[in-house]
Amino acid sequence: MPRKTMIEAIRDGMDVMMERDDNVVVFGEDVGFFGGVFRATQGLQAKYGKSRCFDAPISELGIVGSAVGMAAYGLRPCVEIQFADYMYPAYDQIVSEAARMRYRSNGQFTCPMVVRMPTGGGIFGGQTHSQSPEALFTHVAGLKTVMPSNPSDAKGLLISAIEDPDPVIFLEPKRLYNGPFDGHHERPVTPWSKHELGEVADGYYTIPLGKAAIRRVGSAITVLAYGTMVYVAEAAANETGIDAEIIDLRSLVPLDIEAIEASVRKTGRCIVVHEATLTSGFGAELSALVQETCFYHLEAPVARVAGWDTPYPHAQEWDYFPGPSRVGQALLNAMEP
Amino acid sequence: MTDYPPLTLHVPEPAVRPGGHPDFSNVPIPEAGSVDRPEVDADPASMRKLAYSIIRVLNRDGEAVGPWAGSLSDDELLQGLRDMMTLRAFDARMQMAQRQGKTSFYMQHMGEEGVSCAFQKALLPGDMNFPTYRQAGLLIASGYPLVDMMCQIYSNERDPLKGRQLPVLYSAKENGFFSISGNLATQYIQAVGWAMASAIKNDTKIAAAWIGDGSTAESDFHAALVFASTYKAPVVLNIVNNQWAISTFQGIARGGSGTFAARGLGFGLPALRVDGNDFLAVHAVAKWAAERARRNLGATMIEYVTYRVGAHSSSDDPSAYRPKTESDAWPLGDPIIRLKNHLIVRGVWSEERHKQSEAEVLDTVITAQKEAERHGTLHAGGRPSARDMFEGVYAEMPPHLRRQRQQAGV
Repeated sequence: MPRKTMIEAIRDGMDVMMERDDNVVVFGEDVGFFGGVFRATQGLQAKYGKSRCFDAPISELGIVGSAVGMAAYGLRPCVEIQFADYMYPAYDQIVSEAARMRYRSNGQFTCPMVVRMPTGGGIFGGQTHSQSPEALFTHVAGLKTVMPSNPSDAKGLLISAIEDPDPVIFLEPKRLYNGPFDGHHERPVTPWSKHELGEVADGYYTIPLGKAAIRRVGSAITVLAYGTMVYVAEAAANETGIDAEIIDLRSLVPLDIEAIEASVRKTGRCIVVHEATLTSGFGAELSALVQETCFYHLEAPVARVAGWDTPYPHAQEWDYFPGPSRVGQALLNAMEP
Repeated sequence: MTDYPPLTLHVPEPAVRPGGHPDFSNVPIPEAGSVDRPEVDADPASMRKLAYSIIRVLNRDGEAVGPWAGSLSDDELLQGLRDMMTLRAFDARMQMAQRQGKTSFYMQHMGEEGVSCAFQKALLPGDMNFPTYRQAGLLIASGYPLVDMMCQIYSNERDPLKGRQLPVLYSAKENGFFSISGNLATQYIQAVGWAMASAIKNDTKIAAAWIGDGSTAESDFHAALVFASTYKAPVVLNIVNNQWAISTFQGIARGGSGTFAARGLGFGLPALRVDGNDFLAVHAVAKWAAERARRNLGATMIEYVTYRVGAHSSSDDPSAYRPKTESDAWPLGDPIIRLKNHLIVRGVWSEERHKQSEAEVLDTVITAQKEAERHGTLHAGGRPSARDMFEGVYAEMPPHLRRQRQQAGV
């Protein structure tokens, strides 16, 4: 199978869906002629025309709000917010409108829409190019929230998201756009062409929302992760020698609780890792669920490794980012009797 | 040290407060028939003055005059009168039902009936309104059943929205009436998106966006204008200026701009200002804007100048912030009386027939109310099931919601 970067895989996913379904439209800031600041939509306007892929004014609320109207008409908009850090002006449209359209109209109007957002840190993005706002979406009834960690998943999940009858927040860890990243910023970056998960099947395929993937089979402890932290957790497991089972959640809502339960019941221990800030982060939900469903199997408290409860700093990038040493320490702590 | 005096904050105030004498003498009201009617394909820049005037058709004698007259037949006008009277009677009954505890909440349209009832007649089947909570006239004029409206208000077992929505936040797709949200202005940009979709699909349908004077201050309003202008979306951008946003007079939202319609000028949109209590003028302007949209000439902004005669809602008491008799002083009068007088002048109506019609309309509304109440009211009789609460959050219920539904024992 051909190997592709995550960017190429995402573009491929949109290309496949635009080809299959005339109702799929793609727009956002710099998305049209230029092909996106990350090149995710490169070539789509040339291939499908300006009425299918076009540039939008710099108005996140305008982008999402108009997409809600398009979805109500019957289109399937797949829109881009340039950085997840800039989704806040659109938050009202996402929470009060997109998420509730089906419910409040008793199914008369629906919102089959995808909002793509580059997310996450590890790129010296500072306060407004690094945030991980997934908990602000997972808390909202009516939304689905997805975050791929590799090119193959990115394409399959994006196709599923575009086909989904409900609004999907599609968070793309921009740190992973060109290659996996395990937090070892001092080492050279490996491109996706050198990684097996860079293999992306041509044409149409889907990866179902709500299904996790086990990235590393282990018996000692379960690590719940998504996005960039999947690779950080792998590095931490390898470096500590702890036989961790690493679950890449892929989809946060709906959540693959069965995969989580099965793993924690097997290992008896669990840590949750994410880049987002700790307090009221999605890790709190995961930790609570594990505690509720696996209480009698747990041999240690469920621990969380997360970003600190601060805005994302610039100079202190690697003091903030939960890298392999912090995750490794959490693994060691959790293994203590 | 500076030579300048200390700065002071300017906070606009309405001319009159409770206890004062209502005075609209500062509101310039042009003569009926005095405003030009441009061709629909005219350059927006050539009609800028329309954003600062008021298009009116009905003169003081009840005659239809000027270039905007003549867009409706006798039968259409008679139906329009009946629609407005039905809405007013409906309002009165539902307001009373709220006072009787049959529902939690209601919002009246008193004085604004002309705007939505006349506008609906400019649309075609398949077009979509994106209304606020004060355009039920669109539903009535499109023939939506009164019983269904009432069942929604009562949140009863026949509520089309299964008890999930606050009263008056209707949704009626088949009637071109988009689901109403409690969040102000959100639908304005959605209407533009819907219209863009129609254009993307090379359809012939148009959208109508609705907003009140107060909500024009929301960001969604500005986003809608940018998108409508940029993409020349086939949408009519309606602003209902009823002078009040709950207790806040329109000057707080309008600021230094001369009129709300003038907001459209900065976006290159044709902007018309119309007498919202003049059924004929509202229809003529709406038809003009709809025609413009259908001919792919882009969006039009319309400001309807009217007055919110009633309280903001069943939870509001306007006497706390404006003179009780202010609506009596409103210079554009009452839309129902004005159309009634015109139809009498036209020779197709009379005081007797009007009285008879009032009785018929009331009877229709009461009959519908009895039927609706057979299906329950908020606290009595048939109601939606608790199970309905869990349905429709997603197309398919995800596992976590299934578990919660089981926990709820439904």
